[in-house]
Amino acid sequence: MAVDVDVVDLWATDLAYRVESAQLLRGVSVAIRSGRVTGVLGPNGSGKSTLLRLIVGALPPSAGVLRLGATDLARMSRRDRARRVAFVEQESQAEVPLRVRDVVLLGRIPHRPAFSTDSARDLALVEESLERAGATSLADRDFATLSGGERQRVHIARALAQTPHLLLLDEPTNHLDVAAQLDVLSLVAQVAAAGTGVLMAIHDLAHAAQACDDVVVLDHGTVAAAGPPREVLTPELVASVYGVHAEWVHGVTGSALVFSPLPGP
Amino acid sequence: MTGAEKGARALAVWLPAGVVVLLVSLVVTLTIGPAAITPGEIMGSLWHHLTTWAHDIGIGGEPPSNPLTRIRDAIVWQGRAPRLLTAASVGAGLALSGAVMQAITRNPLADPYLLGVSSGAALGAVAVLLLGVAIALPIAAFAGALVALGATLALAGVDGRLTPGRTILAGIAVAQACSALVSFAIFSTSRGDSYREIISWLMGSLGGATWGSVAIAGLAVVIIGGVLLGSGRTLDAFVFGDVSATSLGVNVTAARWVLLTLTALLTGALVSVSGSIGFVGLVLPHVVRMLVGSRHLGLLPLAAVGGAIFLIWADTGARTVFDPMEVPVGILTAAIGAPVFAWLLLRNRSAA
Repeated sequence: MAVDVDVVDLWATDLAYRVESAQLLRGVSVAIRSGRVTGVLGPNGSGKSTLLRLIVGALPPSAGVLRLGATDLARMSRRDRARRVAFVEQESQAEVPLRVRDVVLLGRIPHRPAFSTDSARDLALVEESLERAGATSLADRDFATLSGGERQRVHIARALAQTPHLLLLDEPTNHLDVAAQLDVLSLVAQVAAAGTGVLMAIHDLAHAAQACDDVVVLDHGTVAAAGPPREVLTPELVASVYGVHAEWVHGVTGSALVFSPLPGP
Repeated sequence: MTGAEKGARALAVWLPAGVVVLLVSLVVTLTIGPAAITPGEIMGSLWHHLTTWAHDIGIGGEPPSNPLTRIRDAIVWQGRAPRLLTAASVGAGLALSGAVMQAITRNPLADPYLLGVSSGAALGAVAVLLLGVAIALPIAAFAGALVALGATLALAGVDGRLTPGRTILAGIAVAQACSALVSFAIFSTSRGDSYREIISWLMGSLGGATWGSVAIAGLAVVIIGGVLLGSGRTLDAFVFGDVSATSLGVNVTAARWVLLTLTALLTGALVSVSGSIGFVGLVLPHVVRMLVGSRHLGLLPLAAVGGAIFLIWADTGARTVFDPMEVPVGILTAAIGAPVFAWLLLRNRSAA
């Protein structure tokens, strides 16, 4: 089998996270492959955000191994990790006025020594990232004045400026209107097409089916199913994980899941 | 011109401009006061002292004579100069501390006294001024500040993590406890002059500044302030919160412990010579953000310079406006700071 040397995949094996007596994640194994979008699905409280935070290093795993290519992430310094793994949170806002370009420049922090000003490379990468995220026209705006969809674009541009191997996104379409949702998902697809591995927590199952190459469905902190979305998201699985009846409806431009309550006992 | 260039240019213009204004302010305010002394005489006298000192250690020839008489020389170099340099150091340190506090707590209302440091220092000062504890005032005040800082951090960091919300609440608890003790001590012991002295200290005053104060405040600003200036990259990373900072490679808990402690130590040293002067640390960082944006590489040095300029002039006002009576400078900074802060608040409301 041919191995592409540029490909850096992340393998999470048997991840667990417990806080006090609550076991939030148990025995979760996930692969994030270069150039592919992997979706993390599951009801509220199933452990999606926890999984993302373990991978980004914001929470320490209670057990399990995170391997990026041949390297154990736990042995890597925070800065080295931040050069390889970028994270876009759900709706994050600043308390102080910030220009969009300054937000994107934050992505260069892990690459920059203390006391230094922006290098030519930093500035060039910021422009390139704004361009890739379709946010160039926003560059001189105040971040607080942007719409939700524009903010997500800017956060993704900031993550791209980090030049990561992996991009993690926590429900990036949350609270966005439909057009902005599709917009963000197509941007995520472009990022993956350029070779970055993407792991995205997402609520909307139909969007997940369209936007993800693979999905991992979490249920009470464990993996209920994993694989290509159309194979995984069966009415049986949806009924067992979400407790609702689901049916695929096929239209001209795509397919959607339609939900109804499960028939009573 | 791109935005980043604009930011860099704003810094390249504002910082040198600020330093020039600071130096000019120092010379001009040295001339202000009941004894009329010109800038020329001050420069001549400074040159006399410098060349005399150089001559004494064997450099240069016979120094020129001093244009100032002995008494006028003492008014400048033993009275006004140490007081101005203390004002500059305290102003710079407070503004810098405020900017750092606001960044690590992600709270625009944070100020240098957030951890109860000023109330702790007040307790130390009261012990000396009212209860007659026989140690130097700055040492007692600094010790009080350290005790308060320790109590706040212990309370906020019980489980090892230091969240902004808990830190603020712990600071309030410690500050209130110290304030109650201070008020009780004043209520039960002070008479006449000692009452005046303690009130003036509590409101913040530079009236008692000596070269010793310059040494304490100046060294604290240069050493701790220097370290804080280097933390700009880390502080930038906090702008979208702890998780975001982690994903940018910052050890959030360690950074917060170190920066909070350094800021509080700096503030403690400043308060020990001046009492707690309000509003400088709260308002100056906001004003500077309006000029150069929120990136700390520019914000921190410019806040320090701006704070120094502001407090130099505020203190000059405090010692001259109601001449011959002197008002505590804290009254003046609050009188100026409160309306400015209200204006900022209204301005931000329309932006949000």
